[in-house]
Amino acid sequence: MNTEDRSVLIESLVKRFGDFTAVDHISLETRRGEIFGFLGPNGAGKSTCIRMLCGLLRPTSGRAIVAGFDVAREPESVRQHIGYMSQKFSLYNDLKVIENLHLFAGLYNVPRDLVGERIAWALEMADLKGKEAMMTGTLPSGWKQRLALGCAVLHRPPIIFLDEPTSGVDPISRRQFWDLIHQMAAEGVTVFVTTHYMEEAEYCNRLAMIYRGKMVALGTPTELKQKSMKGELLLIECEPLGVAVETLQGAPEVLDAAVFGNALHVLVPNAGKETARLQAYLVAREVQVSKIEPIRPSLEDVFVALTSEREGRKEPV
Amino acid sequence: MNIAAQAAIMLAGLSKSFPGVHAVERLSFEVYPGEIFGLVGPDGAGKTTTLRMLAGVMPPDRGTATVAGFDVGRDPEGAKHHLSYMPQRFGLYEDLTVDENIRFYADLFGVNKAERELRSGQLLRAAGMSEFRGRWAGKLSGGMKQKLGLICALIHRPKVILLDEPTTGVDPVSRRDFWRILYELTAEGVAILTSTAYLDEAERCHRVALLHQGRLLFCDTPAHLKARLGKGVLAVTSPEPRRVREQLQNAEGISSLVLTGDGVHIVVDDVARRMAEFQARLKQAQVPFDQIQRVTPTIEDLFVDAVSGGKVRR
Amino acid sequence: MRWVRLKAVARKEVIHIIRDVRSLGIVVIMPVVLVLFFGYGVSLDLKHLPIYVYDREASEQSQALLKRFQSSDYFEIVRVVNNYSELAKALDDGRAKMAFVIPSDFSEKLRAGGTVSVQALVDATDDNTANIIIGYTQALVQVYSNDVQLEWLQRRGQRVQPPPLSVETRTWYNENLESSAFIVPGVLAVVMSVIGAFLTSLTVAREWERGTMEQLISTPVTSLEIMLGKLVPYFLVGLFDAGVCVVLAIFWFQVPFRGTVMALLISSALFLIALLCLGFFISVVTKNQLAASQIALVATFLPAFLLSGFLFAIEQMPQFVQLVTRILPARYYVSSLKMIFLKGTPVAMLYPQLVPLAIFALVLATLATRIFQKRLV
Repeated sequence: MNTEDRSVLIESLVKRFGDFTAVDHISLETRRGEIFGFLGPNGAGKSTCIRMLCGLLRPTSGRAIVAGFDVAREPESVRQHIGYMSQKFSLYNDLKVIENLHLFAGLYNVPRDLVGERIAWALEMADLKGKEAMMTGTLPSGWKQRLALGCAVLHRPPIIFLDEPTSGVDPISRRQFWDLIHQMAAEGVTVFVTTHYMEEAEYCNRLAMIYRGKMVALGTPTELKQKSMKGELLLIECEPLGVAVETLQGAPEVLDAAVFGNALHVLVPNAGKETARLQAYLVAREVQVSKIEPIRPSLEDVFVALTSEREGRKEPV
Repeated sequence: MNIAAQAAIMLAGLSKSFPGVHAVERLSFEVYPGEIFGLVGPDGAGKTTTLRMLAGVMPPDRGTATVAGFDVGRDPEGAKHHLSYMPQRFGLYEDLTVDENIRFYADLFGVNKAERELRSGQLLRAAGMSEFRGRWAGKLSGGMKQKLGLICALIHRPKVILLDEPTTGVDPVSRRDFWRILYELTAEGVAILTSTAYLDEAERCHRVALLHQGRLLFCDTPAHLKARLGKGVLAVTSPEPRRVREQLQNAEGISSLVLTGDGVHIVVDDVARRMAEFQARLKQAQVPFDQIQRVTPTIEDLFVDAVSGGKVRR
Repeated sequence: MRWVRLKAVARKEVIHIIRDVRSLGIVVIMPVVLVLFFGYGVSLDLKHLPIYVYDREASEQSQALLKRFQSSDYFEIVRVVNNYSELAKALDDGRAKMAFVIPSDFSEKLRAGGTVSVQALVDATDDNTANIIIGYTQALVQVYSNDVQLEWLQRRGQRVQPPPLSVETRTWYNENLESSAFIVPGVLAVVMSVIGAFLTSLTVAREWERGTMEQLISTPVTSLEIMLGKLVPYFLVGLFDAGVCVVLAIFWFQVPFRGTVMALLISSALFLIALLCLGFFISVVTKNQLAASQIALVATFLPAFLLSGFLFAIEQMPQFVQLVTRILPARYYVSSLKMIFLKGTPVAMLYPQLVPLAIFALVLATLATRIFQKRLV
């Protein structure tokens, strides 16, 4: 990969606050036009990392190059070449749609002769044409989101950072929003998404899972689901659930068993081999099994598998 | 009479409006003891308003709701002895320790000392928090805060628990602990009503009500809901999802197609038939793909289908 | 009302006070600082006022007059100059509060038995101070002139009779006219305003802002239990701080305390109840710490400072302002404090102060209990 294509390059990035390590030796790189996800729970170190990449926080050690600029040495240049959008804070609700756009054009220093053209482009892209005079606060949340995105890309940055862009938004608006993002990525914009929201992570080309400041996995969503689990997942519908989960937790070849709604999720080394054996095992213990089938693990299953492994190593029980 | 048959929470035509918005429109459903019932929908669907009315902290405009046998419109204080409400924002005192918060809530509900010691000991152990009793609530991690909120809510053995997006932003491991505690409670006959904006979390509930703009879309078990979709879902994995979409979006039998990070997610009328068709079509167009798989529909598929006017069997 | 719930709320509130460095500072340090500040810093006695002198004669007589200024506690001659412009400059930039000029024919005219005028230029930017300076100056000059007259008569061999009338002033209650004697007790009113209204105005608003209120009102705790549970700790803190102020006043500033502890306790308790309920009311209405604290300051702290008669005498205020002070609890409290400390007025004679305070307490307490609703919006 040549340097042109590397939009974000992070090498052994560290940020410490006192004796607390918020970001612990993270290294990765993203390609131009890639949608890259940073997935982890609140407090995992995602925001700290993003703030360093946006040139708002100085790294303790390590290096980060964003759009060709070193974030520690040229934070101003970095800020001019990125867009940042977080659903919650970026827009002024008491301004009209067009006023917000003009404000951000000013903030991002869009050349005067280009402002009109860029705003027209942003309105077109965000599908907000004809809505210029509406008060931002009265827009439905899906529209607000697209407006926020339009504002964040008025200066046509090569990289945009999205912070939980669609959490809590209804699925239809979310799908529309992600269509837009995919379209921008197709045009060569690198999209860096941080989220704790598994559903959002599914939309990313590649994901880094972050836990307690460390990167615990890196790959496409499918790779992560296929390779990170120590076994395969079975869904078992049976009665009574309480008894079943207790007996299964002690059963041989069962790595993990947990209640999931009206059913159980059971982790076994090999779903094909284990299905019949487990069925017999449960029936012998007076559990009525109505359904047993292999299922695809969710990103959450992957996350739990990876982080509990880590926990186990750190603090042996 | 069968106790389980008596609904712990009952809504009949419950409505609430704010200036310019019908936050909750004629909502009716029941939650039974021992059940985890999910109130599922995006922000602004009316989940929080519904929970606030049930918790007796916001008077309804129309309709009735009874919680543990008390009409929350007419006697909001009556039900408060029997319910626990965990608001969306952390409702505990950050400058009080874990133990002090527990004691505060125990006192408010008139739980005596012996009972409090016993119950909090059990709950803290179940939450894996026994060693943090002396820590300030504000210094706990997000997951532990939510678990402490749950412990405080459970200290008086309520009959009804109302949780507003309890696991938002919580790490998945804590989230599993949290759900494990909830499942254990159902054995004690507690009725649990929890809201969530994560449609995937809905699958953990025994029954769910899907809300959209204050109205009830569906109310059933997750399995029945998916069966109602009457359609199958195919997942195509590919290094070039956009090309896959271009090829397939006008194909026959598709009711929705979503681009994901490494493929597309397609709701189709006939899984077996379309799978073969799509495979052929992609091969012919020389679009690279790894596999086409049948996957279980998600609640999100159902939601999108219903809201966008798809034909879901009611 | 359940005792156990009330106690739970109160205990929690005490923990908040102790764990919050700012509130703890206000509770523990502020009273001491205010008492010391007002006891030492703000003195209404004018002492050692800087004056400039232009003695155009520099004779024995003129020096004798100046000596009287020099030896008085009120003035201090900081400089003797020999032109007008320097005097004017000193007055302009505030180095001198008064410029005193003795004419060049001072002793000559005195000897001739005529009337001599001396000139006093006074900085009247602060009219109160100016009046006092003029008064002091006139008195000094008058005494001097009497002495000169006597001497002159004696020299002419006349039998001298003492002046037929003389006023002997005696100040009661505060014999030494020390302003600390009435300022230090007045600080109590300010301290109580901060504890009573300012701190309590934060308590309910804080719970709304942090989101803890929503969970609190979903429990069986009653609104009265919440109110009392929140106010009782501040009531005790307020009384404790009052005690600290009183002890400092009596033992450090030697303010006489002639009244009874009972009288002090009753009037302080009534004042404090009124303020606590007002603070609670403000907090419930605003649901916002910033707004609540600002309103509390304007409604209680500033009046306690400016309009209570603590620093400025109410009788000298414009009629309209005097009317306004009648609806301020602080006015009655400060007035009762002065009477208790300096006159030793017994409880039974304090009804003009205690009755209004009791009415304020009752009305505000009723309002506070009514305003708090266990519901959102």
